[in-house]
Amino acid sequence: MAATPPEQRIWWNEPIERVELIWIFIAFLWGLFMFGFMIAWHFIGQQNLSKEAYRIAPTAYEQKVENFAKQFQVREEQGIPVVKPKPGADVYLLARLWQWWPILELEKGQSYRIHLSSIDWQHGFSLQPTNINIQVHPGYEHVISLTPTESGAFGIVCNEFCGIGHHTMTGKIYVTDKKQAAADQRLAEQR
Amino acid sequence: MTAETVIGAVGRQAEFRTCQYTGLKVDTAAQTLIKANAVAAVVFLAIGGLMGLLVALTRWPAVHLLPADWFYLILTGHGANVLLFWIIFFEIAVLYFASAVLLNCRLATPKLAWLGFVLMVVGALMTNVTVLQGDSSVMFTSYPPMQAKPNFYLGIVLFAVGALIGCIIFFATLVIAKEEGTYEGSIPLVTFGALTAAIIAVFTIATGAIILIPTWLWSLGLISDIDPLMYKVVWWAMGHSSQQINVSAHVSLWYLIGALLVGAKPLSEKVSRTAFLMYILFLQLASAHHLLAEPGLDASWKIVNTSYMMYLAVMGSMIHGLTVPGSIEAAQRRNGFNRGVFEWLRKAPWGNPAFSGMFLSLIFFGFIGGISGVVLGTEQLNVLMHNTIYVPGHFHGTVVAGTTLAFMAATYLVLPLIFQREIVWPKLAKIQPYLFGIGAAGISLFMMGAGTLGVARRHWDITFSDANLSFAYSAGAFLMMGLNGIFAVIAAIGGIIFVLVVVGTVLFGEKIESGHKLTFPLHSGGGAVASHYGSEGTVKLPGTIILVGIFFVCFVLYYFINWKYLSELWLFR
Repeated sequence: MAATPPEQRIWWNEPIERVELIWIFIAFLWGLFMFGFMIAWHFIGQQNLSKEAYRIAPTAYEQKVENFAKQFQVREEQGIPVVKPKPGADVYLLARLWQWWPILELEKGQSYRIHLSSIDWQHGFSLQPTNINIQVHPGYEHVISLTPTESGAFGIVCNEFCGIGHHTMTGKIYVTDKKQAAADQRLAEQR
Repeated sequence: MTAETVIGAVGRQAEFRTCQYTGLKVDTAAQTLIKANAVAAVVFLAIGGLMGLLVALTRWPAVHLLPADWFYLILTGHGANVLLFWIIFFEIAVLYFASAVLLNCRLATPKLAWLGFVLMVVGALMTNVTVLQGDSSVMFTSYPPMQAKPNFYLGIVLFAVGALIGCIIFFATLVIAKEEGTYEGSIPLVTFGALTAAIIAVFTIATGAIILIPTWLWSLGLISDIDPLMYKVVWWAMGHSSQQINVSAHVSLWYLIGALLVGAKPLSEKVSRTAFLMYILFLQLASAHHLLAEPGLDASWKIVNTSYMMYLAVMGSMIHGLTVPGSIEAAQRRNGFNRGVFEWLRKAPWGNPAFSGMFLSLIFFGFIGGISGVVLGTEQLNVLMHNTIYVPGHFHGTVVAGTTLAFMAATYLVLPLIFQREIVWPKLAKIQPYLFGIGAAGISLFMMGAGTLGVARRHWDITFSDANLSFAYSAGAFLMMGLNGIFAVIAAIGGIIFVLVVVGTVLFGEKIESGHKLTFPLHSGGGAVASHYGSEGTVKLPGTIILVGIFFVCFVLYYFINWKYLSELWLFR
């Protein structure tokens, strides 16, 4: 009886059912497999979160982002600079109450070093509809090598509660095709 | 050394009554404390559950009930009331039951137990009042640098101190029972499960003190800064472990209900108890699975903490997932339901809310809470659902469809056996676990679906109507959130019926006299002393093998589907 003491004084000496042993063996193997698969994904998969991170004062980070935006700004949208960094470049994205700043324009198939940090509360970087979700901390600069694999307009949603205006905290990333990008550049040069 | 010197209290003459159904000796002081804690639990369930309904009605896009400030306030209250206050009050009742009642023993220091109870009530009220005053809508996780009013943290600390006193009294009662020889040999399995819950609780509460006391001082202005990452690392050692208390507690209740309703015995003591021990040894590490999307933590640290050790704890749950239905099948076959593979299950007491609630809790906890928990806690897969509404989807599968439903089921035994009242409105009671269980399972599944489509958790307006830069979730996400709302209403109806039945029974239920036949009967051998082992004589458990086979296939399929989703994301490292 589960509600009464076991028959033998020492429960460790009680017999085991065979079906239980088989199930324990299956469960153990499955656990080992799942453990191994996470390690394996670091070698076979292309989606592993970076462990590159630095401590940084929020004001210092803000300064870095502003310098970055000034350097690569191509236009403005809703009062927010649209910034088009070179492929492979360091890209800075800032989270604050309540916006993602600036707007980014990236090229499909190119890799970028995306820096993420906040200057006030914790925020959540949620890239949609791709559904990549990363926590953003004040005081910590997280660097992720990101390669867009599709083109179009993507939304950044804040998914860590950050106060009353949380639901208005959105950002944008445009991803252009390489061909299109090359054409744009030619056009710009002709002008 | 006597028990009295161990606990530093003066021995007392306890008054006992004998339970007419189980033959157990019940210490009346323990009985009163169990009643008080159970009543407090249900009160906070009613408050927190109502808040949960308001949250769901706001997140239902077509209804969108509350304004933003109220939504976040109510969401904070919902988490505190149901995840902490309802569950832990009930767990204290379970601890007193599993020690004093199951061991035929007097409860250690009832006066101190009352002090613990008062501290818990004061703490819970203080936190509730502070949340309702506004300016403390920091959510259940209360991550800094966002700050609540000092009394928000203080209330939780007081509540935790009260709960700690409850755990200590549980341990002391075990010591007294051993000293006074009120049982033979090892403690019963249910008490053993409760013991693991209490041990995890002590660890949890200690961690909570380590993080919440500095945070409280910070909110008072006595400490200038709390590092947000360090806060999270320590906070989750409390936050996730506190949910493992629930797992140990509700698994213990599965065994208890199986024993009392169909005469189930564990297939083998060694396996079931070792599975409980795995919870103590490995479950704490699962708290790392809240930190998978944080900056600055090493991948190998994440893998070890969330996987290797955690899967041994998952194995613990998978073992219970076999032994609980297995022991029920074995018992039912002994009861004469031996035809075919599933007669034992078809002829189970489905009309008894204690049984139906317990079995639904077992299924939903395993299939929804368990599988999604492993997927969510996988190092790389986490990036797909971190902080999306998938996360509440998962934990509604564990703590609502699992723990809360199991606690409700146990309440249908507490009412006749401890309150000694016949359950009023048995027809409503019969359908209650189905309404609540299916509602809770629906909430979990649809939130998980919406989260897979990207919907953020703790978010007031998924249309982003006031946002400077517009964004639109897919139509499927809106459909999922609507279905979530509908199932939340179903669960709420189940919850309201539960509260009505409990309150009605406590106040107006017919007093149970000797010889009274229960509306929801116990098994005739339910209170019997230990006899032979579970499946002896009916070694084969074909039904259970099929059930765990289906479970395993679902687990493997769902695990790989998510790797497929992940492999389609943008590349990152």
